[in-house]
Amino acid sequence: MKSNKSQVMLVVLFLVLLGLTVAGYKHFVLGFPLFPGEKAEIWDVEAQIQFRGDSGPVSVSLAMPEPGSKFSVLDTMYAAPGYGFRTIGQDGIERAEWTRREASGRQTIYYKIKVEDTLPELARVEDEDTLSEPTENTDAVFFSPSLEGAYKAAADGIVANAQAESSDQLSFVALLIRGLNEVEFSPEARFLEDLLSGNSDYTRIDVTMRLLQDAGVPVRKVRGVLLEDTRRNQPLVDMVEVHVDGHWTMFNPETGEEGAPGNFLPWQRGGVSLLDVTGGYNSRVTFSAISRSVPLEELAVEQGRQARTALVDFSLYALPIEEQNAYRYILLVPIGTLIVVLMRILVGLKTSGTFMPVLIALAFLQTKLLPGLVIFLTIIAIGLWIRFILSRLNLLLVARISSVVIVVVGIMGAMSLLSYKLGIQQAMSVTFFPMIILAWTIERMSILWEEEGPKDVFVSGGGSLAVAVLSYFAMTNGFVEHLTFNFPELLLVILGFTLLLGQYTGYRLLELKRFRPMIEER
Amino acid sequence: MWLLDMLERRRKLKERGVLGMNRRNHAYIGRYNDRSLYPVVDDKVTSKKMAIAAGVAVPKLLHIIESIHELALYRSELEKLTEFVLKPAKGSGGKGIMVITGRDDKGWIKASGGRVTYSDLERHISNSLGGLYSLGGKSDVVMIEGLIKADPVFDRFSFEGVPDIRTIVFQGYPVMAMMRLATRRSDGKANLHQGAVGVGLDLATGRSLKAVQFGRPVVKHPDTGHAFDDLKVPHWRRLLELSSACYDMTGLGYLGVDIVLDRDHGPLILELNARPGLAIQMANGQGLLPRLQTVEGIPRHHPSVAERVDFSQTTFAQYRTVSHVHTDSVQPELPG
Repeated sequence: MKSNKSQVMLVVLFLVLLGLTVAGYKHFVLGFPLFPGEKAEIWDVEAQIQFRGDSGPVSVSLAMPEPGSKFSVLDTMYAAPGYGFRTIGQDGIERAEWTRREASGRQTIYYKIKVEDTLPELARVEDEDTLSEPTENTDAVFFSPSLEGAYKAAADGIVANAQAESSDQLSFVALLIRGLNEVEFSPEARFLEDLLSGNSDYTRIDVTMRLLQDAGVPVRKVRGVLLEDTRRNQPLVDMVEVHVDGHWTMFNPETGEEGAPGNFLPWQRGGVSLLDVTGGYNSRVTFSAISRSVPLEELAVEQGRQARTALVDFSLYALPIEEQNAYRYILLVPIGTLIVVLMRILVGLKTSGTFMPVLIALAFLQTKLLPGLVIFLTIIAIGLWIRFILSRLNLLLVARISSVVIVVVGIMGAMSLLSYKLGIQQAMSVTFFPMIILAWTIERMSILWEEEGPKDVFVSGGGSLAVAVLSYFAMTNGFVEHLTFNFPELLLVILGFTLLLGQYTGYRLLELKRFRPMIEER
Repeated sequence: MWLLDMLERRRKLKERGVLGMNRRNHAYIGRYNDRSLYPVVDDKVTSKKMAIAAGVAVPKLLHIIESIHELALYRSELEKLTEFVLKPAKGSGGKGIMVITGRDDKGWIKASGGRVTYSDLERHISNSLGGLYSLGGKSDVVMIEGLIKADPVFDRFSFEGVPDIRTIVFQGYPVMAMMRLATRRSDGKANLHQGAVGVGLDLATGRSLKAVQFGRPVVKHPDTGHAFDDLKVPHWRRLLELSSACYDMTGLGYLGVDIVLDRDHGPLILELNARPGLAIQMANGQGLLPRLQTVEGIPRHHPSVAERVDFSQTTFAQYRTVSHVHTDSVQPELPG
């Protein structure tokens, strides 16, 4: 007896610890949220590549987003019918490459990534890239022709101003950029603006970079996507990075603002080409960004899949959606049985049929509580009445129960039809009630009625209904549903708890009432 | 406040050694009653045959009906009977038992006074055969037994029906007993939760200790108005020995034995129960637990029925004015 008890305790301890450990791991390491409704924002960034084919072999190569930003890529996908796809590494940059033997006419390739903002807004990542030393050859490619004559003089003026007002390299960069943009106040800036708008050889960013480099500041261009909702088919946004005090610092070439904007996803840095198309012409690439807010568990699953975490691979999320939905219900059954066990062992409530209340509660889940209760009571009442008529016909048991099943089906059909005609949608969900269980319940109740009288019927019927309603509340609790589905390993904890209850030899709550006369008399 | 009240009650019940349902199931039924032995007591036909083989007194078995067809064959015999009892073999808690006490030209007369025709009987039997009264709805057979003629000593205490004596036999030792008396409320049934009166009986003497109805103490029978004070079961020793013998017969360690006193045949075993209820504690005003633990504490169990009954009568005696020889030493510990 003792050893048996300690054995059970050991098993219970093992089950509970295992369940909690796995759940804890999933929560703390894999990021499954403990509470429902926690959401994370993710972005779908889509690159649309368009070009016209030359009726020959085509090879399209797109630089993939730079690693080492505060965004992490969850998933990449592409849509390019008829193209072969591979990723290649080139000069330390990963590129996506699509190839096709023959392409003519207008071609479109979609390349989509899902990114998640993994770090808080202002956290600066000191990753390899921002720390890397500037190299001589990377940046020269992009530079515009040097400025001549009057333009040079105007530019020198701005540079001189910035140098005079600045205290260090970084403030110099900021002042220079601002100086170039102050078209309204500074004649030099307006003069340069004239050049920029009139001549496509000169772009603002190139001029800025040229001036910075001439002033002895190592500089490079960063191109990326601004993650703003409803930005459709935008070109990449250019930023300037300067190498000061051993690391790269980003500046907005329009405003002179220091630091990367929070929503800036760097795609390509320095002299690497963004898009190479061979065998096509008129190529261009545009970007769209859409934000979605997804439940945290979905995110955790996606990240887990990326990392090939076995726990996620073998979680219920690996199932097709339809089965997932089935399991949402199935996993609630243990909650119902736990309630039944609690009610019977700890409270001592009588129910008609051990697990009938759980099945009724499952039906309530579909119908919602009040309509469910009304439907249930109606069916039972009509069923009992018809069962009394049947009992006069002197039928064999199996035949009688079958008749009750048929009658129940009839009542269900009639209720659906009637409610549909009356426009009461809820009563249509009557089909979720388990007919056979209802028939047996009716049969049992009517026997109880005949043998013990209506009081016992109400006691056991009321008990069943009370347990069903309790189970319903436990099952519809969003927190419970969330936990059972996202942490099915908690089933082990429930199992352990049920085993423990199976060992409970204390009094039931209702026994305290039942045996009360025994302690009162003396 | 409520919680404290409940905890207090729990403590008191524990103090009085009241056995709860969970503990009964777990520590006694689950432990001392081998599942494989259940069918013997759950099926009255088997237990009856076993009792006959063991020489234990039982009501007379007139016929066994296994199908409606057999009933038709038996009809001519049945029509001659005026007093008999229909009993589903697997019925539990007295379910499906029909007691016929008389006959006139219109049909039979039930113990409750109602009249039944042959077709009523046929319906009742077909329901029983279909498993209406058996555990889990299993198909069943029906026994036709001779009617027990209650010993007239109880006439003053019973409204209708035959009073029976329930004894809890633990590992062969009778540990507690009560008499169940039908009332108008219980509709002639000897079922405590339906309103029958339970009378706790002193194991030493067979005299009443106290009586309860619906768990509340009563001093006299609600219908006959007779006080229970002078209720004393005759053939008491024989009755206890019969109960104790059922342990050897069935092998069930925790057993409820229901016995009726027949006017002509004395104590007869009516039914055995592998899951006897707990109401007997209320009828006795005593918890079962101390007695069960006493038996569990016996180093070597007595092999013979007589020795075991001796032990029980000595150890569990309660009545204040006990005349039994062995009881004096135990009396102060267990005040009545």
